[in-house]
This record gives sequence, C-alpha cells and structure tokens, in this order.
Amino acid sequence: MDAFFEWFRWLYDATGINLTIFYDAFDRKRFIGGFFTTVRLAVSCILLSVVIGIAGAWLQGSKLRLTRHVVYWYIQFFRNTPPLVQLYFFYFGVGAYLKTTGGVPLVSNVTWAILGLSMYAGAFNVEIFRSGIEAVPKATVEAAESFGFSRLQAYRQIVLPLAFRVCLPALNNNLVNLVKTTSISFAIAVPEMLYVSSQIWSDSVNVEEMMNVLLFCYVGLVGLFVYAMHRWERAMRVPGYGG
Amino acid sequence: MNSAPGRPHGTAPQGWRPLPGGTDLPVLMPAAERLVRRVERERLIGNPVLRLEPWHGGLLLLVFLCAAGYVQAQAGADRPSIVDVIWRWTPLLAKGFAFNIAISALAMAIGTTFGIFLGLAQLSRAKPVASTAWFATHFFRNAPWLVLLFYCMFLLPFKVTLFGVTIPLPDWVKATFGLSLPVMANMSEIVRGAVQSIPSGQWESARSFAFTRRQTTWMIILPQCTKRMLPPWMNLYSILTVGTVLVSVVGVSEVMTLAGDALASENRADLLMPFYFYILAWFFLYCYPIARWTVYLERKYAVDF
Repeated sequence: MDAFFEWFRWLYDATGINLTIFYDAFDRKRFIGGFFTTVRLAVSCILLSVVIGIAGAWLQGSKLRLTRHVVYWYIQFFRNTPPLVQLYFFYFGVGAYLKTTGGVPLVSNVTWAILGLSMYAGAFNVEIFRSGIEAVPKATVEAAESFGFSRLQAYRQIVLPLAFRVCLPALNNNLVNLVKTTSISFAIAVPEMLYVSSQIWSDSVNVEEMMNVLLFCYVGLVGLFVYAMHRWERAMRVPGYGG
Repeated sequence: MNSAPGRPHGTAPQGWRPLPGGTDLPVLMPAAERLVRRVERERLIGNPVLRLEPWHGGLLLLVFLCAAGYVQAQAGADRPSIVDVIWRWTPLLAKGFAFNIAISALAMAIGTTFGIFLGLAQLSRAKPVASTAWFATHFFRNAPWLVLLFYCMFLLPFKVTLFGVTIPLPDWVKATFGLSLPVMANMSEIVRGAVQSIPSGQWESARSFAFTRRQTTWMIILPQCTKRMLPPWMNLYSILTVGTVLVSVVGVSEVMTLAGDALASENRADLLMPFYFYILAWFFLYCYPIARWTVYLERKYAVDF
C-alpha cells in the first residue's frame, strides 16, 4: 500500500500532478473523512426523509383538519423555496435562538444539515407517498377483505407493496436529487467532500487536481446510486404500469 | 372515454382512462397516472418542478409586512423608518437582481444551444458519437450544481486569448458557464425525449420525399418538437433563476450577497427578515408568470400527442 501511495509522490515529482490525498497521510485522512461525511449525510437524509414522508402521508389522511393543514403548509413551504435558503434559515435563523447561556450552539451544523435537507426532501416524499396510497383503489382492499384479510393485513400485504411500487420511480428522482443537494451543506461549513476539498486545495495549492478528483467522486457516487435505484425500480415495476 | 376490451360496457368508474403502458386493467387509480407524468417531467428537466400559486406571493408579502412592521415598532423614534431604509437600498438590490436575471438568461442561452446539439448527438446513428453524448449528458446531470460552479470558477482562466484578442473572463462569466453545464445536460435530455416522441412515420415520409437525415431533423422533426420542449424548457429556466442564488456561495456579488452587504453596513440584525422576504418576493414576481405560462402551455399542448 505504501508503494502505491509513494507512486503518487513520484508522479508529482515527475509530472507536477500533485495528488496530496494519496501520499500525504493528513490530506488522505481529511479527504476520506469528507467522503464518508457525504455518504453519512446522504444516508441519514434518505432515511429520515422517507420516515418524514411516511409520517406526513399518514397525517395527511388524518380526520383532524388542523393536522392536514399543518402538513399542507409544510409541503408548500419546503418544496417552493430553494434548499440553500432553507439551510440558512435553520442554521442562522433558528440556530441563533438555540444556544446555551455560554453561547455554545445546542445543535451542530451537521445536525442542522441532516434536519434541513431531510425536511426539504421529506416534503416531496409526503406528496409521493400520498399519491401512491391514493393510487390503490378501495376495491382492492375490499377484495382482500373478502379473502379474509384483516384491515391491517390488507394494508401491509396488499396496499403498501402496491403503493410502494407505484411510488418508487418518483421516490428515486427525489432521493437522487437529495444526494446531489447534500453538497450545499458546504455553505454552513459541514465537513463534507466539497468542504474538505476546498480546505485541501487551499493548504496544498492543488486546485486543479482536487477539482477533478472532487467532480469524479461526486459523479461516481451519484452515478452509482442512480444505477442501483434504476435497477431496483426496474425489478419492482408493476407490469403494464408506466413506461 | 372508450370502452376497453375485456370490460363490460358502462362499468368504467368516473374519470377512468386507459393506463399508460397500454394496459386496460383498472388496478390503479388516477393518482398513479399523475405520478407517472410527474416522474416523466422530472426526468426530463432533472430537477423537481417549481409549483407556484398566487397565494404564495400574498403570503410572502404578508410576512414581509409583518416583519417590517415588527422592526418599525421595535426600532423607536430615533432610528430611520424601515421604509426609508429599504427604499435607500432598493436601487442597489435591483442592480443585483438584474445581475441574477442576466446570469440566468445567459446561462440558459449557452446551455440551450449546446444542449440541442448534445441531444441530437445522443440520437446520432454513429455509435461512438451517441455514446459519448450519452456519457456527457449523464455526467453533467449527476454532478451537483455547486460542484460544477466551483469547477468553473477555479479552473477557467481569468482571460482567454483568441486570435490575438484578449477576452477577460470576470467571475460572473465563469459562474455563468458553471450554471450552463447542468442546463446543457438537462436540455440534451429534453431534446432527446422530444425527438423520440415524434412518431416514426414522420421520419419515413420525410425520407420518401428524399429529405436527407439532417434536413429531416432540422426542417421536419425539430419544428414539431418545439411544442413538446417549450414547457420543460421554461420549467428549467425557473429552476435556473432560483438557482442563481448559488453563485453567492462562490463569491459572485448577486442580490443575496448585496443584501448581506447592505445588512452589514446598516449594522442592524433585525433587518434580516424584512430584507430576505423582500428579495424572495422579487424572485416570486419574476418566476410566477413564467410558471403560470408553463402550466398553460402544458395543458394546451397535452392534447396534441
């Protein structure tokens, strides 16, 4: 492994291509840390936004008008304002009030990024899941009940699997967009891939190399995710529905 | 509403239409069809679609007035009134906003031009051309906008010399190039989708009239595609306009940066809310008519194909 890393030092000496993230242990650690922060950010946001989506879709079917209104306003706010403005709003606006008396923020910027981005993607997920559940006709539930399914069983084994398959393409779009949007947490200094790269290129003065590494890492990460989601979508396709 | 084979007459539920994909099984409600259309639209422009309502503007105005009123009430008599402060900064902010619009228009123009060629290249019959164009399209679609912005900001030179003429490239021009890359990639998909939606009979009949492939593309297929491409293209433009705010992150002084500067020189933290809502209202005023018109065109052209 050391020989592999040393090869990049040789590459620098021979060609001037300065990839410090390979031969410099400190930069390497920083970059790997940034990469995994991005991955962690993406995974937490995906999970949390799906949970928000399910909860919101359930609350939207509530009998209470107030609950339905709250969910409606939530969706309207988060889907029509830019995510960058939302992050600023959370971090500088709400975060300013959530401080201990010593001035230490109660919620870290990483947590704000996860919360903010999940709320942003969650607003779309609520709509998507709601449409998915609406897509399953009452007749299907009635048919299941006539086969002796209980209400819960019919929901768990008939409605949700069907609704999920209907939702998946739209969910896929939204989650891919979410993974791309994690890069804007740069603006509130979350040490993700873009942020650590900017630190590395200002310390090691290798903007060009780091830019290319960064672009390819992002495109690779998103591309892999798109590919996996697309495969899953194809496998889950309801025959005869959608392209 | 036609009766589908295999269904007894008169039993179709209200609003029933054959499902996309050619099946006539009434297993899913219209909500499923709406989702399919939504997915198609989002895949074309590669971003969630803005859906603005008139009351969004009303709400923005209301919050702005409340925030301004609150600041006014808190400030007391010794401070200049909020109306004066905002009025004083309006010319500067308007300049910044005009800058945002200029960036969005220029990025859209560049992105559209290259996007059309990239989209046609995706449909080329020469395999290497088609696969290169496919790769380029998906590469720039998968890259986050902010990363592409950084890429152009740092890697484009500050001036280029072409045939002995030196053209300076200020920061905002570089940022414009950065924004035009994702526009180009999404435009490429819009063009590909539109061309593929034209029935193949058009190609065949053009060929029987001895049109070459290039002539068919530019004189027969693309003119018919404009109807298809216009709504997603306009959607993309609204998204881009809102996205120009991102250039403030890479240090180009657009309306958000100028608002920050104005707040700093006023040295009053309480002005933050009124200022930001003032700017949001401007964005709304600019994007709302476009969004409205897009919806109108979508409805109008939806019946054609």
